[in-house]
Amino acid sequence: MAIALVLIALVIATVLFHIFSPWWFTPIASNWDMIDGTVDLTVWVTGFVFVAVNLFVAYAVIRFRHKAGARAAYEPENKKLEGWLTALTTVGIMALLAPGLFVWGKFVAVPEDAMDVEVVGQQWGWSYRFPGPDGVLGASDPRFFAGDNPLGLDPADAAGQDDILINGAELRLPLDVPVRVLARSKDVLHNFAVPQFRVKMDMVPGMVTHFWFTPTRTGEFDVLCMELCGIGHYVMRGRVTIVPETDFQAWLADKPSFADTQAVAAREAAAGEVHYATCGACHGAMGEGNPLMNAPRIAGLDKHYLARQIDNFRTGKRGANPDDSFGQQMAAMANVLPDEAAIASVSAYIASLPHQRADADPSLAGDPRRGAGIYQNCAVCHGDQGQGIWNMGAPRLAGMDPGYMATQLKHFREGIRGTHRDDQHGQQMVAMASILGGDQAIDDVIAYIATLQ
Amino acid sequence: MEQVAIADEVHEHHEPTSFISRYIWSQDHKVIAIQYASTAIAVGLVALVLSGMMRLQLGFPHAFDFISPSAYYQFVTMHGMIMVIYLLTALLLGGFGNYLIPLMIGARDMVFPYLNMLSYWFYLASVLVLMASFFVPGGSTGAGWTLYPPQAILPGTPGADWGIILMLVSLGIFIVAFTMGGLNYVTTVLQARTKGMTLMRMPLTVWGIFVATILGLLAFPALFVSALMMLLDHTLGTSFFMPALLSQGELSDHEGGSPILFQHLFWFFGHPEVYIVALPAFGIVSDLISTHARKNIFGYRMMVWAILAIGVLSFIVWAHHMYVSGMHPYFGFFFAVTTLIIAVPTAIKVYNWVLTLWRGNIHLTVPMLFAIGFIFTFVNGGLTGLFLGNVVVDLPLSDTYFVVGHFHMVMGVSPVLVLFGAIYHWFPKITGRMYSETLGKWHFWLTFLGTYAIYLPMHYLGILGIPRRYYANLSTDFIPESAQDMNVGITIAALFVAVVQLLFLINLLWSLRHGKKADPNPWGATTLEWQTPDTPPRHGNWGHHLPVVYRWAYDYSVPGAERDFIPQTVPGSEGHDSDTGETKA
Amino acid sequence: MNIIVLFMVSVMAIFVWWMLLQRITAKPWLEQGVAFDPRVAGGNGYSPYVAGKLALWVFMVVISSLFMLFITAYHMRMELNDWRHLHLPGSLWFNTALLVVASIALQTARQGLERGNAGRVRAGYLAGGLFAMAFIAAQLWTWQQLVAAGHPVASNPAASFFYLLTGLHGVHLLGGLLVWGWGAARLLSGASLARLRLTIESCTVYWHYLLLLWLGLFALLQHG
Ligand code: HEA
Ligand code: HEA
Ligand code: CUA
Ligand SMILES: [Cu+2]
Repeated sequence: MAIALVLIALVIATVLFHIFSPWWFTPIASNWDMIDGTVDLTVWVTGFVFVAVNLFVAYAVIRFRHKAGARAAYEPENKKLEGWLTALTTVGIMALLAPGLFVWGKFVAVPEDAMDVEVVGQQWGWSYRFPGPDGVLGASDPRFFAGDNPLGLDPADAAGQDDILINGAELRLPLDVPVRVLARSKDVLHNFAVPQFRVKMDMVPGMVTHFWFTPTRTGEFDVLCMELCGIGHYVMRGRVTIVPETDFQAWLADKPSFADTQAVAAREAAAGEVHYATCGACHGAMGEGNPLMNAPRIAGLDKHYLARQIDNFRTGKRGANPDDSFGQQMAAMANVLPDEAAIASVSAYIASLPHQRADADPSLAGDPRRGAGIYQNCAVCHGDQGQGIWNMGAPRLAGMDPGYMATQLKHFREGIRGTHRDDQHGQQMVAMASILGGDQAIDDVIAYIATLQ
Repeated sequence: MEQVAIADEVHEHHEPTSFISRYIWSQDHKVIAIQYASTAIAVGLVALVLSGMMRLQLGFPHAFDFISPSAYYQFVTMHGMIMVIYLLTALLLGGFGNYLIPLMIGARDMVFPYLNMLSYWFYLASVLVLMASFFVPGGSTGAGWTLYPPQAILPGTPGADWGIILMLVSLGIFIVAFTMGGLNYVTTVLQARTKGMTLMRMPLTVWGIFVATILGLLAFPALFVSALMMLLDHTLGTSFFMPALLSQGELSDHEGGSPILFQHLFWFFGHPEVYIVALPAFGIVSDLISTHARKNIFGYRMMVWAILAIGVLSFIVWAHHMYVSGMHPYFGFFFAVTTLIIAVPTAIKVYNWVLTLWRGNIHLTVPMLFAIGFIFTFVNGGLTGLFLGNVVVDLPLSDTYFVVGHFHMVMGVSPVLVLFGAIYHWFPKITGRMYSETLGKWHFWLTFLGTYAIYLPMHYLGILGIPRRYYANLSTDFIPESAQDMNVGITIAALFVAVVQLLFLINLLWSLRHGKKADPNPWGATTLEWQTPDTPPRHGNWGHHLPVVYRWAYDYSVPGAERDFIPQTVPGSEGHDSDTGETKA
Repeated sequence: MNIIVLFMVSVMAIFVWWMLLQRITAKPWLEQGVAFDPRVAGGNGYSPYVAGKLALWVFMVVISSLFMLFITAYHMRMELNDWRHLHLPGSLWFNTALLVVASIALQTARQGLERGNAGRVRAGYLAGGLFAMAFIAAQLWTWQQLVAAGHPVASNPAASFFYLLTGLHGVHLLGGLLVWGWGAARLLSGASLARLRLTIESCTVYWHYLLLLWLGLFALLQHG
């Protein structure tokens, strides 16, 4: 008896929960309201079945629960009843399926006039590419992946030269223009998903997948990765901003083409030496760092990492927080550099300086053995030996000043560094540093890193 | 009661005497069943603890140092894999299949007892290899239970060296164990039925297990193929699944492989697998309902046909797990249709359970409570399956917590409720003692309500857009704060339900010693296992004479019969005359 | 995936058809008594002989499922553009001949069994196993040849599949040889033919099956 009442209560509670809970789809921002429509229809049909079947069970239990002297009926089957129920169910299923397949038909048929945009996923970030004036995306191949050519475009393909590269967290798209997303992955499976658009698709290394939608609302929307892609899966974030067509064109006009990026990459390191003179005052003539001035060792770091950090300082993505006084100093210095080209060449120069090992620091308080366990999480980006991995945007850690590292880890953990929304890699470090429970954990992992070469 | 002696058989089954040959190297299907079941429950508890730790992280992010992202993904993977394969499949087929098939069809044992024993030892080996993977350098794999390449075997995923290798090896061993067991079950059902036991007189439990075993025999090879090919990709550098890609900043040696090919193979196994765990549960719950409602199962023939139909259809729906995988979008049409068609035979089963209750004489015993709980959660979980099966509706929901909610409701709760019900139902036969009804009822209420509280809200988190397999939900512009409160609530419910399982263990262990002595047939059931000469049944099950079957398994409350059940071994004189058997309702 | 779907659907169709022969449309509640339909299998106590044979057939269906999946994967992988045709060494024809002889030898053993000719059984049975072993050795030697010819396992998917499929086929044959070895030991120690009937017949059927499987694989590998 209790079970019948509980079933009734559960049915009512479920329906009430459904109606009153604040949790439902976020407001839609694409043309796919037909999908929401099919969801609603499914909710109605299945909701009806759910209520009907369970209330019937409850009623049956109440009515036919054991009473002294009662006896059950003997009824092996009832063809007519079973026939009816089967037919009704079939009708219900068809009522769900028909509209579903209709909408899927629309999803499968990409409009002729859709604009192409390429989305490239990698562990654990996004980049994008537009076809440029010729309207054609140039060929790409994994063989061409390199620090200067992160999307692996074929340098020999003329169609690729004018392609516009967006190497950052934010993608802008024009309002009310159908877009065909061509999705590609550099390493493992990912999935490009924006909940407000309702549609998503896996990105598979070795092939190009696609889907389409039309943005119908301006605003900023989070891009989430929805296919498990390793331990950074949950930090793989991006942002799509929908703007009116004219704003979009203005934004796009500012972005470098593939040919532009290749030209910058060709700059000689030698040209950077002049600019480095200023930096050397704190970081040392050979980039060896100066602990007294809190200037870290930078010699031999990856040039793309250096360029990105300098750019971060210049654009307020790093060193803008008042709690980061050394960062603020550096931000001021970074602004001394005149232009992109200067950044590129000074980075190349610093990268060419010989890397040295840090001296053993007896004052380290951590336990390297415990640190080794924590470091497993770091190793996927920074490498087993702390050598840094260019593709992940992760700098070399082996040989980095322990004191500097400790400060940075605390900054990440406390949100002083890496929280700027356009700082993809910084956000990853914020998430990762948050697993370091206390300062002891930081000391441990740094003690371990100090043992690496 | 007429009985037929099959004399030479008795001699072949002399009872083993020493402790070791009786309980360790036993070839008795009942002992093997108990070995299977206890091992499965033991690893199940490991998986349960893992789920508790996952929930701790999700409810209280960063409160626990030892749950790093690596550890979390390892927990999720091992939790999922253990629950699906090493707990449910092993417990339902290796445990219940082994115990019940020979008893329910009137055989003395499985037809190949030695193979049956080997099957268990292989299973145990696979479990040990799996557990060992927790302790190898780098730890167990964290690739998700779907083990998708390329990430499963690349750095960036925890356990990409030894963890994944041990996982694949363990699965291989498990498949060998399953095949040995499966050959046995199928042959036993087809060949060793006692006199009079036609296929259509078999209880639905046997039908469910039988068809699930056939599905397993045909589907597990797909897992074997995918596991073996991935193992070669990993260890020998072949490129079955591995395309050219960038790993750790360097171009891999692989070229041209197809990750989607793996997904096809995996789900060609994976979808039948979910029915491999569902069908035995369907069968068992039919018998629980019929017995405890004292009424024949409604529409027996339809039930059998539905099991067969589900079995056949389950081989042509696999790609509904791949709607957003990047496979050719036209496949969506085909697989949406086949997937939704499966709902029809499944619905028939649901209706027939419900109609069995209708005009029954419902005894609300512990097994019956679990059975009713099953109907409720299964309908809920099955209906959310319709969302996911309808390809466009899957677009926003795939890879969110909606999917997690769906499959826990339909697989993590429903069959588990059936398992509990079944353990309570057959406990008196297996041990010869009754359990504590009160504790059993508490266990039911807390588990049933608790799990519903865990999984119902998860669907709504999914609709919000919260992805699955997220170590933590970083802030977004669309997920309200309240979602995290919900997560806290879910975690508390989950921990509570996990602790409640102690009631179950205590009840079993206590009753084993101190329970009331059980009747040979405490529920007044018709099927053969309740008609054994000894309780618990001894080696060889039937004493000197095999039982003879005279009627179907569901002669409950037959009009005119003296008692409200007629065991299958009772000859035809009693009860209904055959022309009025047709239903009148 | 067409191949495997076709295979599964046929297996399932045969299964359901067979089920229908077992009268799964009967209304069991209308029928009482014991043996009302002698055509229906089972229900008459069991014979280890029939059970053993049945299990063997089911097992062969399982193996077929395994290889059909490999063949499906082979075809899907073949479509991708890095696939290079693998030129198979001619020695495979010789290996095939060995397996054919093994099969024939076992077939004679089985005939001997029917005619009660113990000598023939013995000769045929032992030859069947020995030729099977020779086949495996020859396959291994072919592997060596291929490696020497510059086609190691990871060189190209066509080669990978070659090693994988031949290897797995060999493993299944090895499994058969285990049973064969057990039978051979009993045969040599003078066990009565009647007691070995199941073993001899099963080995024969299994050998024929593996020969057929090999011919299928060989054809597949030739055209891949
Ligand atoms: C026991 C296990 C089990 C069972 C029985 C089912 C049953 C079903 N499942 Fe589920 N499923 C899983 C276990 C199971 N599933 C698992 C483990 C996953 C996730 C794997 C992973 O990714 O990790 C999954 C994922 C999953 C997906 C993939 C989602 C995604 O990843 O995006 C889909 C999509 O189609 C799906 C569909 C269905 C359907 C249509 C059914 C149907 O069979 C349900 C049929 C039943 C009913 C419908 C209820 C009864 C019917 C009625 C009472 C009448 C209804 C009448 C009308 C509507 C008119 N399931
Ligand atoms: C049978 C299958 C089964 C079962 C029972 C469970 C039980 C539970 N599961 Fe899980 N789960 C899976 C199968 C299952 N799960 C799978 C396949 C995945 C996907 C993995 C992946 O993504 O790769 C998953 C993933 C998964 C996630 C998603 C993680 C993520 O995506 O990040 C979560 C999160 O909350 C979760 C929670 C739980 C909880 C709290 C329980 C329970 O603890 C609920 C409460 C307890 C019970 C209902 C009792 C259970 C009984 C036993 C375990 C029997 C053994 C013990 C005794 C007999 C005493 N599970
Ligand atoms: Cu990228 Cu998950
Ligand atoms: Cu499925």
